[in-house]
Amino acid sequence: MSGVVIPRRRLLTRAGGLVATAGALPLLAGCDAINDAPAVRKILSMGEEMNRASQRALMDRNALAREFSRADLSPVFRANGTRLPPGADYAAHAARGFADWRVAVTGLVARPLSLSMADIRAMPQRSQITRHDCVEGWSAIGEWTGPQLATILKAAGVRDAARYIVFRCADRLGDALYYESCDMIDARHPQTILAWALNGAVLPIANGAPLRLRLERQLGYKHAKYLTGIEAVASLDGIGRGKGGYWEDRVDYEWYAGI
Amino acid sequence: MADATPPAAPAAPPPKRVYRHRLPARIWHWTNAVTLLVLLMSGLMIFNAHPRLYWGQYGANHDPAWLVIGATEDSGFLRVGSLRVETTGVLGRWTDSAGVEKTWAFPGWATIPTRYSLADGRRWHLFFAWVLAISLTLYMLWTVFGGHLRKDLHVRRAEWSPRHIWHDIKEHARLRFPTGEAAARYNILQKLSYIGVIFVLLPLMIATGLTMSPGMNAAAPWMLDLFGGRQSARSIHFIAAWALVAFFLVHIAMVLLAGPVNEIRSMVTGWFRLPEPKDVKDMGA
Repeated sequence: MSGVVIPRRRLLTRAGGLVATAGALPLLAGCDAINDAPAVRKILSMGEEMNRASQRALMDRNALAREFSRADLSPVFRANGTRLPPGADYAAHAARGFADWRVAVTGLVARPLSLSMADIRAMPQRSQITRHDCVEGWSAIGEWTGPQLATILKAAGVRDAARYIVFRCADRLGDALYYESCDMIDARHPQTILAWALNGAVLPIANGAPLRLRLERQLGYKHAKYLTGIEAVASLDGIGRGKGGYWEDRVDYEWYAGI
Repeated sequence: MADATPPAAPAAPPPKRVYRHRLPARIWHWTNAVTLLVLLMSGLMIFNAHPRLYWGQYGANHDPAWLVIGATEDSGFLRVGSLRVETTGVLGRWTDSAGVEKTWAFPGWATIPTRYSLADGRRWHLFFAWVLAISLTLYMLWTVFGGHLRKDLHVRRAEWSPRHIWHDIKEHARLRFPTGEAAARYNILQKLSYIGVIFVLLPLMIATGLTMSPGMNAAAPWMLDLFGGRQSARSIHFIAAWALVAFFLVHIAMVLLAGPVNEIRSMVTGWFRLPEPKDVKDMGA
């Protein structure tokens, strides 16, 4: 019996190989067509909603990201995204040591604010040594210092109707300014700070000088750099292209980047 | 009394059929086949975004990597520790179907999507991660409470003996597989590999995957300690993925060698045709 079986097996293996080779090219194109189909994208994006809902359900709203010791600091803290915002305006600010930099607090607030860097440094400060996780997969540990966003939101008197905080940035990428957003849970989280210092020194330009967001339970692209504005809104519709962030609008990164 | 004369060669009896795979096993098997393929290919896409692996809490371009897939001016390479292998054409530097040279780590035919898109790779990966987690949980429950573990996967005391295991390894290496009634049950190597995949490798994939989540790290910081940091979890995730690929390759080889039609049919219909025992002369040899 085995004398009959083995050639048949070989035949099947060879036939399988031929089919695989011939099928490869259309198959690859087919895969990308599936990837691009709106219905498929809608189904896949359910994963993001399930991640957001389950993480919000699983963790305490004030659960802290791990804080490390100085011994754990990355020797070099890698910068990513914009490393130097283009334009004469930003260059002029940098030349003056950001002495005239203002951060506007607007939207659904009782008292709109315009904060100078001196105002921000005069607030109660928080320092935290945390791990920064890029969506690409790398991580770096740094020490960040700045006021809690909650302090600023309280000072401005955020209205109950506000559901999101939008972060406006000075760096232009292609056709638009970078922006990001988060919900009120993350906005009021104790580790959500506006950092003006990294590893005990003034924040370098590559890392977002003079001020950047730290949103410690989410991935790096949420941590908006070169902050110019904080806006309380009821909906993300009509801001950018409506998905809540520069990369969310353009390449469909998840708005909830907790994983 | 009349047994002295051997019976005249009888007509071959029809092969015996047994109902070997119950419906939950068959559904999970094929769900899992699709799910793991999507997770692997989208995972390779995600790896391409940063084709370096580290041990510890942190790791980025300035830190020492234990595994790198990269490109030089004219070649592609894989470096593991101090071992460097030229992989031009496959890893690090390869040519796509349109003839364009690319320098990302894994080639387009191995990734979802085939073009570079970290965002889309993540969408596929993080959706199918849910499919895996839910289907694995249900299957584990069925395995434990539905009798699959007791009836099919339970390793009996005699099977644990090193002699028995070594015997099975030798038989497999010689491509001699059980026939007749013995083929109706899983052998020790099958049991150990199925238990290893269901209760060790797949849960390890999910746990290391979750340990890479900054949200999960806040909810369950002990997972960082369990795996020695986020970058260690990422490395273990990568290694365990290739362990699953190794399982898959051996699994497919065994299916092909044991009779692909019968094996695949049994995983579709549940009914398995027992291979006939070798004839008497072979048995005595």
